[in-house]
Amino acid sequence: MALDAADLGPATSLTCRECGESYDLGPRYACEQCFGPLEIAYDFTGVTRASIEAGPRNIWRYRGLLPVPTNVQDTPNTEPGFTRLVRADHLAESLGMQRLWVKDDSGNPTHSFKDRVVAVALAAARELGFKVLACPSTGNLANAVAAAAARAGIRSAVFVPSNLEQQKIVTTAVYGGTFVTVRGNYDDVNRLASEIAGEQDDWAFVNVNVRPYYAEGSKTLGYEIAEQLGWRLPDQIVVPVASGSQLTKIDKAFGELIKLGLVEDKPYRVFGAQATGCSPVAAAFKAGHEVVRPVKPDTIAKSLAIGNPADGPYVLDVVRRTGGAVEDVTDAEVVEGIRLLAGTEGIFGETAGGVTVACLRKLVSSGALDPDAETVIINSGDGLKTLDAVAPVARPSAEIAPSLEDFRASGLA
Amino acid sequence: MSTVSVRIPTILRTYTGGESEVKADGATLGEVIADLDANYSGIAARILDDDGRLRRFVNVYVGDEDVRFADGLDTATPAGTQISIIPAVAGG
Repeated sequence: MALDAADLGPATSLTCRECGESYDLGPRYACEQCFGPLEIAYDFTGVTRASIEAGPRNIWRYRGLLPVPTNVQDTPNTEPGFTRLVRADHLAESLGMQRLWVKDDSGNPTHSFKDRVVAVALAAARELGFKVLACPSTGNLANAVAAAAARAGIRSAVFVPSNLEQQKIVTTAVYGGTFVTVRGNYDDVNRLASEIAGEQDDWAFVNVNVRPYYAEGSKTLGYEIAEQLGWRLPDQIVVPVASGSQLTKIDKAFGELIKLGLVEDKPYRVFGAQATGCSPVAAAFKAGHEVVRPVKPDTIAKSLAIGNPADGPYVLDVVRRTGGAVEDVTDAEVVEGIRLLAGTEGIFGETAGGVTVACLRKLVSSGALDPDAETVIINSGDGLKTLDAVAPVARPSAEIAPSLEDFRASGLA
Repeated sequence: MSTVSVRIPTILRTYTGGESEVKADGATLGEVIADLDANYSGIAARILDDDGRLRRFVNVYVGDEDVRFADGLDTATPAGTQISIIPAVAGG
């Protein structure tokens, strides 16, 4: 593929996170020397608070910090981001905390943070000459890829585990495109996607062969949180962990903002949240290990059910460097977490949101997280996509006849 | 001696002359990798670290099984087995 005409903004090269080997920008994702993941290197120029604030109310206000062309907002895309940061006083009170915020990413176009990463992947894939937007997915990414491809007017090819929630099947299929359910778990689908990517030269599997670009989209969560706090960093942040990419990219974003002088340099602590049924990173953290042993997932939090998380070791690095922790909670606690967030703040998060809220509660109880320090948690997706998880317990108070007598008799007045 | 089929990831195809799938011999994964290296000199050092262990960002599948769930380099590779070498990436 010809890259001479590619405009990837401030991106300058790809660097191996493991061995430091450097490569020209292009459609590569793993180091030829050691298989390590490649990370975008940049030369940032002219990015100020004012230049960002003058941008559109979506992630493209941060285009000067992303591997995307300067005119990225002029081509059809889903324009994700700038979701609300909600001051969560009632949830804080119920947990005995002082100052808590929920970054509610269910407000994105397909109702999860995945619209951010897909928008960046789409922009980079166009520049790199790919013709098809593809992915293996646990569901949210499937929605985001299918919608983004439809909006961009290109073909999509999406692969998901066949046991996925019905809501996520429908909310992918509705956009058209090629949509395949695979008899296996996410790790099986991921492996298949890697093999297909090796055969189909013009297919951009967003989270496989254009992963270095894609993953950078999660930085926008970190930028937005800082900007929405009035160009400040929080003291603590709790992030759900699947592959671990989102957590490491939020940390990267905070680091960049400090380095660019856009926020004051201050310590912050990063915490990871997993479901016990798929908690390889939490297990490694608690055992003091530097490597993450893969597991076979078994949890209702399917959007986090990655048993072999590629960025797991880097999550451990970030969490340990910043003085955070990685916690995990049972499926029953996940359901309680969903109901707690909904009942205290009117935000219906998906199972990953329940994981994050329940881990927050556990971290406060254990003393690992300071209840008096300003804290942000991420709600990465919408509860309407995982209705099955709460359907058994989210029930009406009563069923009555359409009569005032029946209402009085119900004792609900 | 059993002959198996090995899928080669894009980043290692410079060693196999562009071939995406090659044959190799060996009763275990370790033997198969050694045999690959005999035919495609240098390829083993890309897959294994200096201590001879699988690099942490390489996933190897024997049949459908991730060898980290089996016996690692000692995993048996009966004749006709399909082996895949894949960079470790994960999305969601």
